[in-house]
Amino acid sequence: MSEDIFQGYKGRALEILQKYNARVWAKVRVDSTRGTFEGTILPRAENTDDKHLVLKIFTGYNIGVDISGITMITELGYKKAVYKIPEKEFPYSKEKPNVKLLGTGGTIASRLDYRTGAVIPAFSPGELYGAVPELADICNLTTEKLFAVFSENMGPEQYKKLAVAIGHEIEKGVDGIIIGHGTDTLHYTSAALTFMVQNSPVPIVLVGSQRSSDRPSSDAALNLMHAATAAAHGDIAEVMVCMFGPTSDEYGFLHGGTRVRKMHSSYRSTFRTIGDTPLATVTRNGVTPIKKEYNRRRKDRNVTILPYYDERVTMIYYYTNMKPDVIDALVDAGYKGIIIIGTGLGHVNKPIYPAIERAIAKGVAIYMTVQTLWGYVHMFVYDTGRDLMAKGIIPAENMLPETAFIKLSWALGQTSDLAEVKRIMLTPINNEITPREPYNGYLIYQGGVPEVEDFIRQFHK
Amino acid sequence: MKPPFDPRRNYAETQQKTGYVKRKEATQADYDRIGFMSGLEVHQQLRTRKKLFCRCPSGIYQKEDDFDAELVRHMRPTLSELGEYDGTALMEFRTRKNIIYRIKNETACTYEVDDTPPFPLNMEALDISIEIALLSKMKVVGEVHITRKQYLDGSIPTGFQRTAIVGVEGEIELKNKKVRLIQLSLEEDSCREVSDIGHWRVYRTDRLGMPLIETVTYPDFKNPDEVREGADYIRFLNRSTGKVLTGVGSTRADVNVSCRGGTRVEIKGVSHTGWMPELTHNEVFRQWALLAVKETLNARVKDPAAWKISWKELRPRDFKLENLGMPKNSDFKVLGVNLPEFKGILSHFTQPGKMFGDEFTDRLKVIACLEKPNMVHSEMFDNVLGDKAWARIRTLLESGDNDAQIIFWGPADDIKTALETIEERGKMAFAGVPNETRKSLPDGTTIFERVLPGADRMYPDTDSAPIPLEDTTIDEALNRLPQLVSSRIRSLIEWQVPEDTHTYILKNNLVPLLEQAQAELGIAPRFTATLLAHTLKHIQGQYPALPDFSYGKVLEMLRYLKEKQMDPGIAKKMLLQIYQHPKMDFESVLTTLNFKYMSKSEIFGKIPFLVKKYQEIRTSGEETAGLRWIMGNLNKVATGNISLKELSHQITSFNPATNQPTQ
Repeated sequence: MSEDIFQGYKGRALEILQKYNARVWAKVRVDSTRGTFEGTILPRAENTDDKHLVLKIFTGYNIGVDISGITMITELGYKKAVYKIPEKEFPYSKEKPNVKLLGTGGTIASRLDYRTGAVIPAFSPGELYGAVPELADICNLTTEKLFAVFSENMGPEQYKKLAVAIGHEIEKGVDGIIIGHGTDTLHYTSAALTFMVQNSPVPIVLVGSQRSSDRPSSDAALNLMHAATAAAHGDIAEVMVCMFGPTSDEYGFLHGGTRVRKMHSSYRSTFRTIGDTPLATVTRNGVTPIKKEYNRRRKDRNVTILPYYDERVTMIYYYTNMKPDVIDALVDAGYKGIIIIGTGLGHVNKPIYPAIERAIAKGVAIYMTVQTLWGYVHMFVYDTGRDLMAKGIIPAENMLPETAFIKLSWALGQTSDLAEVKRIMLTPINNEITPREPYNGYLIYQGGVPEVEDFIRQFHK
Repeated sequence: MKPPFDPRRNYAETQQKTGYVKRKEATQADYDRIGFMSGLEVHQQLRTRKKLFCRCPSGIYQKEDDFDAELVRHMRPTLSELGEYDGTALMEFRTRKNIIYRIKNETACTYEVDDTPPFPLNMEALDISIEIALLSKMKVVGEVHITRKQYLDGSIPTGFQRTAIVGVEGEIELKNKKVRLIQLSLEEDSCREVSDIGHWRVYRTDRLGMPLIETVTYPDFKNPDEVREGADYIRFLNRSTGKVLTGVGSTRADVNVSCRGGTRVEIKGVSHTGWMPELTHNEVFRQWALLAVKETLNARVKDPAAWKISWKELRPRDFKLENLGMPKNSDFKVLGVNLPEFKGILSHFTQPGKMFGDEFTDRLKVIACLEKPNMVHSEMFDNVLGDKAWARIRTLLESGDNDAQIIFWGPADDIKTALETIEERGKMAFAGVPNETRKSLPDGTTIFERVLPGADRMYPDTDSAPIPLEDTTIDEALNRLPQLVSSRIRSLIEWQVPEDTHTYILKNNLVPLLEQAQAELGIAPRFTATLLAHTLKHIQGQYPALPDFSYGKVLEMLRYLKEKQMDPGIAKKMLLQIYQHPKMDFESVLTTLNFKYMSKSEIFGKIPFLVKKYQEIRTSGEETAGLRWIMGNLNKVATGNISLKELSHQITSFNPATNQPTQ
């Protein structure tokens, strides 16, 4: 197929370009009722109107010209822009640990995409070295692009493929693994990999960025350096999420893969460990453990890969006056497992009891988690809780809803024996259920309190 | 034997060779000779309630140490839309600055610190910028595209300024010529710097995000005075809308200057138009001097590409370097650097009181983060080190007779960048004038600030959608437009308003007030103009401004005098009271002035007695002395009741014989 010379233009705008035979990347003079404009025609983003032509004028700025007033377009020249991160061969040194970066997409490294007007991922080691040369001081890096999907499109196929790929890399002898990932569903993937890749001898670090790397203040480069440090030199051989601690460019946290959650739609320091402390902090100088107990790095290659998943699992967020037909509909649709995110200590209202009974009778596994995110399900405290347990709903302790969802999918992927599923669900693999909640696992201080403000003033936010 | 090298003589000779003339003595012929060329980028803050891309209040400022939290960031260069890295970006990356932002809840939210994407553009600001674009006779764009303009100095936490073109290709009309305008953009203002020491730079975020417009001219100014006239014109034009801020720092211009064969150099953030003539004058001659340096060096060195420095680490003790300004007890490294064929270059004239050697120390501070004093060189006027020490250093560096030397000091980590910086500036000397932005100093000279960014730092803002501008929006703006500044100037001349009042009148957007006083009260604009630009300006210079005082008060006062059928001559006296006590009613103001109503006939009735009295006491033979004496006696009762002109006329025409005015 020949190249689209009217990239992104449609409708009336396209007609005008065709009429005057003006192509994208042509330098043109446009005569219009609002005056004469000169510049280079840029591609047009997909979800924009057909009433304007985009020009880059000589000062570097972009402007839109109303096409309805255009009386003439004259081509003065042509120069297509090639947006390419300079590639440099990633240096190898014998003394440095070998780290594999597995790419899934997301904004760790990205470039401009005119089609959507947004950024799309760029990835090769050469590109990464061109963009973040400091990586070469930390490790020998090789990369493999497993797939390129946005975070919200990650799912079972990707989890399984990742787990298998990690298994191969460990067998081949890498010293650590980094997984580049979009941030929205990073904590789903980290939970999935915790269950699917067990007993890893090396660190498995998931990393993303909250500000795309096409911005000078992006957190991508520093997150990547932190992840590389944790993967190459850290002693914690677990599935972890590595993202900013404070919003400052200062240090990162290594969060356990099952207790981490994205807590802010746009902050850099969005990932928080819920109901516990993070595993460690990390800077370019190394990893400093916060938790005393963790799985240590080993020399052997004895990893267990369990790539199982049943897609017939769903989650429902309970709301007041929920009607039973919601649950009936899910059961009728063939779902085998339901995670309920209940109010308070793990409650739902009475009118849906009959629907729960019908679901349990049909062999659907139902587990209860809490909307409060922090704290345990305690279904003995009130009658409603006891009623629900009597009907067969199983409290999932202090498992986070997303983690419980992933774990139930993984458990049902292995067996349909509900007793065995229950055993799997309630036997913690890596802190998805903790026996106790430390006092400092719940720290949400409120602004405006003098001592909190004093504290904030003393440290970089 | 050759006489020893004398840097002072070399400086004087190179200054003369450059053909430098003082600004006061410079003529258009001088500027034409060296090809003076200048253009402006005038920044103007808009008066809006909210900031441009978030809902924080606009125009509230904090003191340096008044903040609720701090955070630290670093900037990395990224590719432009066209796939290029920008030179400034790479320079800033080399300087490795830790950037601290101070945040106050009142004036900054998560948007300012780049933890939240932008909210939709402030339409109030867009409307004002469309008005100003139209006043500048520009073509307004069909669709506003928000673009990211990279700034890696940290002055904006995102690392880029969100900016959008509103209009292109306009013009302004000066006294003797038209100046073409390139574009007008609407952008967010940057942080205010608190300090910049070593590798730490601190910013306040209060001003960050305030709506700002930038008017860019073509390089049409051919002498320093035209630059000032153009800057004033744009400033007055902006203010004529009454919708822009006028306080300290609300208007700042970047002045671009070059000479023939030179390069565009940008003098940043000049906040007084009065400084522009001296700054542009000195800069154009600095460039002319750098071209002389280029010529000299290229005559000496056959292959400039192969030119390079050599260096050795020095033991401070050996050369008594402690007295050169290096911090005491520091573990700084000290290096001696040889610059081949640079003899007579380091003491080459560049600006009044500055020599080529200063170009190195400025760059060492900015790029390598070495605090000043950071170096000495072999051609300084004040030879603290002594000839013997220099001779030993030359031996150590194996210098040739035609070489020059620099000794610099700094932390070990910064030495590599410092050496690169010295070599880089040395190499640039062979090419002429480096692309730079420069900071202005009060004495009219400038110092290096940054590498000049190019068009390679633009990137579409993927966080915001383009905003279409319908013809109706523009038509509505056209209906709101005030009169053009050029036609206002013509009116002032027509009204015979003294020229020394024009700047004050235009700067404070007072033409509408003059017009209203004339239309409503029949007061000549010339009277109101001098009342404002002479009397009030004088008062303003002596007493602090109070928030309740506004120019509207002056009009109210004139209106009051009209209602009371009083003579406006008393306005000058009242103004002092009103300025100091803006809440006082006019009746009370008159009481404090001991004013008493008196009819014309009552005042005129006093004339015969005074004429008689004067005859008795007169000592002077001068004819007008009597008039002055009588006027002096009646001044107090007359002011406000009748015009002094009329009184004077009445006195001179008084005929003692008839006790009546002569016909």
